[in-house]
Amino acid sequence: MENLQTAPMIALNAIAKRYPGPSRDSAAVEALSNIDLTIAEGEIFGIIGKSGAGKSTLIRCINLLERPSAGQVIVAGRDLTALSDAELRAARREIGMIFQHFNLLANRTVFANVALPLELAGIPRAEIAARVDPLLELVGLAAQRDRYPSQLSGGQKQRVGIARALASRPKVLLCDEATSALDPETTRSILALLRDINQRLKLTIVVITHEMQVIKDLCDRVAVLDHGRIVESGRVFEVFTAPTQPMTKTLIADVIGHELPEGLLERLAQPHLQKGGQVVRLFFTGASADAPLMSALTRQFGLDVNILHGQIDEIQGEPFGSLLVLLEGDVANRQGALTWLDQQGIRTEVVNVA
Amino acid sequence: MSPELLSLLWDSFIETLVMVGLSGGIATLIGIPLGLLLAVTAPGHILARPAFNKILGLVVNAVRSTPFIILMVAIIPFTRLITGTSIGTAAAVVPLAIAAIPFVGRLVEGALREVDGGLIEAAQAMGATPMQIITKVLVPESLPGILNGLTIMLVSLIGFSAMAGAVGGGGLGDLGIRYGYQRFMPEVMGMVVLVLIVFVQLVQSCGDWLSRRLNHR
Repeated sequence: MENLQTAPMIALNAIAKRYPGPSRDSAAVEALSNIDLTIAEGEIFGIIGKSGAGKSTLIRCINLLERPSAGQVIVAGRDLTALSDAELRAARREIGMIFQHFNLLANRTVFANVALPLELAGIPRAEIAARVDPLLELVGLAAQRDRYPSQLSGGQKQRVGIARALASRPKVLLCDEATSALDPETTRSILALLRDINQRLKLTIVVITHEMQVIKDLCDRVAVLDHGRIVESGRVFEVFTAPTQPMTKTLIADVIGHELPEGLLERLAQPHLQKGGQVVRLFFTGASADAPLMSALTRQFGLDVNILHGQIDEIQGEPFGSLLVLLEGDVANRQGALTWLDQQGIRTEVVNVA
Repeated sequence: MSPELLSLLWDSFIETLVMVGLSGGIATLIGIPLGLLLAVTAPGHILARPAFNKILGLVVNAVRSTPFIILMVAIIPFTRLITGTSIGTAAAVVPLAIAAIPFVGRLVEGALREVDGGLIEAAQAMGATPMQIITKVLVPESLPGILNGLTIMLVSLIGFSAMAGAVGGGGLGDLGIRYGYQRFMPEVMGMVVLVLIVFVQLVQSCGDWLSRRLNHR
């Protein structure tokens, strides 16, 4: 929570969104319920969930493209839900947005697309050119200035989207599945650009995605959305290394590949289990990642340690690893080993082999 | 074909051109705003007015479902009010325009509906007013489609204008009926049909070319 020492840029207070049911008699559909979120200035905040979890509705509540049924939306100190239409339009100029399908105007050039928000704000033509060209430079599209969107690749289109969103010099950038239509390599370059913009412009960025990889590569903090509720939130490193909710674990498993195929695990472990053994997953974070633990287990507890699977990764520059091991020895020694590991700051999880 | 007949053919062509040009111009001027109104007041659109939209749609449908030949006769008092006469080329322009306005309205509405809702959402996120969404997003993005609609309207008007003979409007269709059919001059009929084919082809090609030039999709 150290990020919250600065004033929050975005505060969502008890947001709910209900849609009328499919027919007159049916109950209303609760898309979001009781959402509380605080996002600090300059932070990159991720919201992840499966499709239908309410992510799109939630991000649209931040600039009131969707008006919440209840609750407050406070951006840069102003309650957007209390503004008049004209005030809301002015407030939206401080909130840029990029989209999964880019939403560029097909009949405008790259330059004219980026110029659009400035035209809407009534900025004189000469000043528009002076502001658009540096933006095209920033996103690396100066050479494509006079092309039309249909002549660009997906990654280039999203760069135009980003430049357009930045044109009105917003304080907040909302990214609605901004990389979901892009291939992995293009995704990486767009994420790098977003990180660069965040650093350079001290821009607050809110990202919604169904890809844990995006959260891992880009975000400082994350909230996990499931059936319209936030089930878990915190610093990305903590959520990734110590997830508490099943939904989070499922999402993380895709990125942190500590899953061994079940059949393989069974085949490897089964013969040993009868002889008194158990499969344990060890999680290493930070400094614990490089201590010689396996030999300690053998020496101090007389256990046979068989490493089945292991991997190491880095989240926000901090190393994070997991090992799947088979411990063989008597029950007391195994218990002792687990307690000892716990004291060493290694999180352990006993894996049931079917 | 005699020089007299050729000159008659030329005059008739000019009459058709005047009828189609004038009524097409009027239908464009009124039909485009009508189409915009039909599109943006639809439920869920930027200026949703469902009741108004429903009534407007009913009026448009009523005019569109009236056969042209009946419409032409039915609105004679209105035509006289506007042009001072109920016969002649000018008098034919009024019913032609009246028939074409709702037609253009529907075609324009269709073209506007083709605009991706994501673009409207993006414009709203930028703080655009409904008017700005219309002028900066909806119309420019659907311009190729609108032009296709106008081309269809012009070609239809060329066909409708053949019936203008019923109110003494003249034109190619009238020439074909009076000389080609009633006086049994097949060569006149042949020429009339040929000129109409070339004319329609020309209008269609110009429309297609312009629409393609403006489309960067």
